[in-house]
Amino acid sequence: MTAQWLLVGAVVACTACADLLQSHGMRHGGARWKVPLSIVFLALSFFSFTQLLRIADLSFAVPATAASLVVETLLARLVLGEQVGWKRWGGALLAAAGVALLAL
Amino acid sequence: MRMRALRHAAAVVMLNAAGNFALSVGMKRAPVSAGPFLALLEPAALAGIVLLIAWLLLRLRLLQIADLSFVLPITAMGYILNAAMGAAFLGEHVSLTRWAGAALITGGAALTSLSPADSNPQSGGEAQGGGQ
Repeated sequence: MTAQWLLVGAVVACTACADLLQSHGMRHGGARWKVPLSIVFLALSFFSFTQLLRIADLSFAVPATAASLVVETLLARLVLGEQVGWKRWGGALLAAAGVALLAL
Repeated sequence: MRMRALRHAAAVVMLNAAGNFALSVGMKRAPVSAGPFLALLEPAALAGIVLLIAWLLLRLRLLQIADLSFVLPITAMGYILNAAMGAAFLGEHVSLTRWAGAALITGGAALTSLSPADSNPQSGGEAQGGGQ
């Protein structure tokens, strides 16, 4: 169980890094190095996902990686300074609740 | 136009589920002796990777003909479809809490898509570029 959540964490962390780099690169400059670096993180994320599928159910692995929605909404607010309205917080909260159910 | 986008979206969701399904089969079929990289060469895993590349390309095409806020909630159905594939074809026991989890995540993605796509026009990007 622990190994599964560690790999979920790796997938989520790498996806969040990739998306932050892409969004920041495309909107605030530095796309020339941020986007290629994001591809590296995407590759790491996909690799972690393949290892997760080795030990976890498909019906667990795919929904569990949706935790990235929650982490990324938080980071979009904190790092990218995006305005996050109640619908987005609500969406992220629903996703978080969904992932929490998987942990039961 | 709308039907075309819907057909496209359905194909995107199914490609994603099929790709993850094949990848899951391949990774579990790979012998334990195969390391993390060699396991990727398992035929089913390779097929999954090819399907997921096709999924990425088709999703790009879909984003070309449809709004992101149209694409997101529909493709979020993939969370439920992936769970269904696991239950139907992989013999996974999908408990009620797992179904509920997948449904909540899809609902969350749908709610998120109701908010405007660019709420911070001062940040640059499309909003400013569009005015030029």
